[in-house]
Amino acid sequence: MTGSPRPPAPRAPGRALGRVRGGFVLRRVVRFAVSLAVLLVASFAMIHLIPGDPVRASLGPAAPVELVAARREALGLDEPILSQLLSYMRGVFRGDFGTSFLSGEPVGEIIASRLPNTLGLALLATVVALLVAVPLGMWAAIRTENGRNRGTEAAFTSATGTAVAVPEFLYSIALVAVFAIGLGWFPPAGQAGPVSYVLPILSLAISPTAMIARISRAETLRELGTDYVRLARAKRLPAPRLYFRHVLPNTLTATLTVGGLLLSALIAGSVLVEYVFAWPGLGLRIVESITQKDYPVAQGVILVYGAIVLVVNLLVDLLLGVLDPTSELKET
Amino acid sequence: MRRLLRTPAGLAGTVLVTAMVVLAVAGPPIWGAEAERIDSASILQGATAAHPLGTDNLGRDILARVLVAGRLSLTLALLATLVGATAGVLLGALPSVLPRRGARLVTGSVNALVAFPGLLLAMFTAVIAGLGARGAVIGIGTAVAPGFARLTQTLAASVAGADYVSAARMLGVSRWRVMTRHVLPNIAEPLILNFTQALGGALLALAGMSFLGLGVQPPSFDWGRLLFDGFGRIYATPAVALGPAAAIALAGIGFNLLGDALAHAAARRTAPPGTDAEPGAPRPVALGEPDPDAVLEVRDLTVAFPGGVTPVRGLSLTIAPGEIVGLVGESGSGKSLTAAAIGGLVPYPGEVRAGRLRLCGADVRELPEAERRRLLGTSLAMVFQNPMAALNPALKVGGQLAEVAVVHQGASRAEAAARAVDRLDHVRVPEPATRARQHPHELSGGMRQRAVIAMGLMGAPRLIVADEPTTALDVTVQREILRLLREVTAETGAATLFISHDIAVVGELCHRVVVMYAGRVVEELPVGELASGAAHPYTRALVASLPDMETDRSLPLASIPGRQPPPAEVPDGCAFAARCELATARCAAERPPLIPYGTARRVACWEV
Repeated sequence: MTGSPRPPAPRAPGRALGRVRGGFVLRRVVRFAVSLAVLLVASFAMIHLIPGDPVRASLGPAAPVELVAARREALGLDEPILSQLLSYMRGVFRGDFGTSFLSGEPVGEIIASRLPNTLGLALLATVVALLVAVPLGMWAAIRTENGRNRGTEAAFTSATGTAVAVPEFLYSIALVAVFAIGLGWFPPAGQAGPVSYVLPILSLAISPTAMIARISRAETLRELGTDYVRLARAKRLPAPRLYFRHVLPNTLTATLTVGGLLLSALIAGSVLVEYVFAWPGLGLRIVESITQKDYPVAQGVILVYGAIVLVVNLLVDLLLGVLDPTSELKET
Repeated sequence: MRRLLRTPAGLAGTVLVTAMVVLAVAGPPIWGAEAERIDSASILQGATAAHPLGTDNLGRDILARVLVAGRLSLTLALLATLVGATAGVLLGALPSVLPRRGARLVTGSVNALVAFPGLLLAMFTAVIAGLGARGAVIGIGTAVAPGFARLTQTLAASVAGADYVSAARMLGVSRWRVMTRHVLPNIAEPLILNFTQALGGALLALAGMSFLGLGVQPPSFDWGRLLFDGFGRIYATPAVALGPAAAIALAGIGFNLLGDALAHAAARRTAPPGTDAEPGAPRPVALGEPDPDAVLEVRDLTVAFPGGVTPVRGLSLTIAPGEIVGLVGESGSGKSLTAAAIGGLVPYPGEVRAGRLRLCGADVRELPEAERRRLLGTSLAMVFQNPMAALNPALKVGGQLAEVAVVHQGASRAEAAARAVDRLDHVRVPEPATRARQHPHELSGGMRQRAVIAMGLMGAPRLIVADEPTTALDVTVQREILRLLREVTAETGAATLFISHDIAVVGELCHRVVVMYAGRVVEELPVGELASGAAHPYTRALVASLPDMETDRSLPLASIPGRQPPPAEVPDGCAFAARCELATARCAAERPPLIPYGTARRVACWEV
């Protein structure tokens, strides 16, 4: 093997990997496009699946027949279903999601004005959760490696288990009761300056923090048992170097996967938190639109939520493909 | 069940869930009237003595309403979970029954739906089904289903390969029948486990829907609806939100703890119970004077784990500079833990005791921390069995070598990187500068093992501990690595402790052979005498079991009958007695000491 002239074989695996990666990106993008198409059809179908006449349901039994008929015509509900679907899709791609039954505002404008508030909240909460949870999980893993410090392990497991089990809307109510109403440190509702972000972000971040910390601990424990960490220990590297250079990068793949999936869950969970804090985001608006049977708004917002989830999942997949070249081999 | 109650979490979960069930059954009959009693004299009160959690807008007692609402909350959650689980299991079973294309379509849709947040699905369904309990139950059921479908698919796929399923298929049993008769019963347990966890999730989700005003509508009330009412008054009377919030939180925590505990109990059922006996105290042994020339001097080394497991028992070993010593034994004989103990790498809760543990003339255990790190980091090089796992996949090869110089020798990054390339070149890694910039997965197994050896050469190694360094490599690469080890030893003057179960490789490489059996050294001899002059029956049996050119390949290879005793069950006498043809009553009763035999060798056997 050594000394003798070698064919350029060692490069071949790298090229093969590159090919696989290209196919991987393409497959993921195709999957995304198909899901998006299904989502579009589903959101279109939503109004048509409502039993009875949605316009009548929305306007109430007392509304004059002419008004209902006019609304139906404006919505194009009396046209053939296929041409309705086509014009719906054309509209969506132009940014035209219809108009609110109640206020007459274009749904596109409602979404444009409210989406940034929802995204900002969810992104900040994800960042906070990752920043707290990853070091917390690593610390717990190092302290409880091979079953030492059973007390810490029990405390960590039960604390995170409890934190995961309590839903975000209870955290928001508790935080409002204590820190806004009781102590008066933060505003109880509304969006006004950086201070108003604190409680909503906290409410959103607690459960994901607990969940990510658990993943981070499990991943770190797995890493600590590997041969290369054994070898790094045999080299007597100082603790920070061992943990941050050798262990941390290898735990991030799984942690970020969960973090990314949590982001899409967070965006949905923010509906409840927005409701508690009267946060001017999409979540508050969708609750109002569903209770008031303002179907075009509900339809548009659900479509946007769904699209965000799909985009986040696609980005997480692609990011992982870049971070960890072996992850594409594990895909289902 | 008893195991479930033993952990605090399992106990708390069981108690909470039991309390919820009792409340659901007994709550409405006891407090039902109180919860509905309208009292216009005491509307919208905060906490008072008569109404600890206050009253609502009709003067009804909120505490009573919380206690009554448990039934509806739990019932709806149960319904939603049942709907979701049924739909999910059916959906998950479909791919096994459908033709290929249909199966892929179902699998794809399930995968897409699993990634979709449940609340969104629930709201989507609630829009169609209308506001109210029915819509919320269908919605949450829809949200629960994909998880069950995915789980059923995964589990069914794992069972589908089982022999009894293949057998049923071959007998012509229909796919549907295979699913219902053979597959589903075998995956029922994890599905039931998941049901507990899903039930908790459904309860919280339904509470959330009702809290948003999208679930249960008046005059019905569940905890979420009570919270909805209470939240509107939180500024004036915070107590009214407290009751329903606490009920929801306790239910969520209870189901989660119980689900976790059940999952743990199921996972542990297969694990063997541990014994709690303490390992025996070490006997004092006369140590004699330390050998000033030895690179490594170990006296009476014992590695013990809780539960009476003692894989290494009173091992002694001395290695001179430049010497290559082979440590041979079957797997489980304590070879690798000996290596780990020398490197100070025995994992917790293993306990290392030794009369003496000297490396390069200093007792490792007595050195100050900083010096010990430097000594072990630079003078001791470790090479592990599997080169595919010994390098960190996230870091470049060169960096992993260079850090030794940076950390222990105060080299600058540039110096260290240059030295890393030089060392890689030294162990004949082709294109060392390129390789140093690559990640481990871009290198072949043999090259990685070279890189690990090069890593050991970054410092000034006095002792190389190589733990089965060639076992994972193919034969031609093995020879290269052995040659490299021999060269490295010759040129650095370092000693090598070469650990292997392969006595042939040891015979080829080493100067001296140390044979271990059941945690003890049974024989030490120069390699030249291995083939002809081995004294211990175990060593002789090992040598005899080797095939050579004259071996008749048509006969089965010779092997030693019997098994090595596990580290917790080593007998008092000679551990090999049970497998030994020469064994006498004395061998079974009394352990033979390791005593000199002829020149330059030692044997522990009564019969030589």
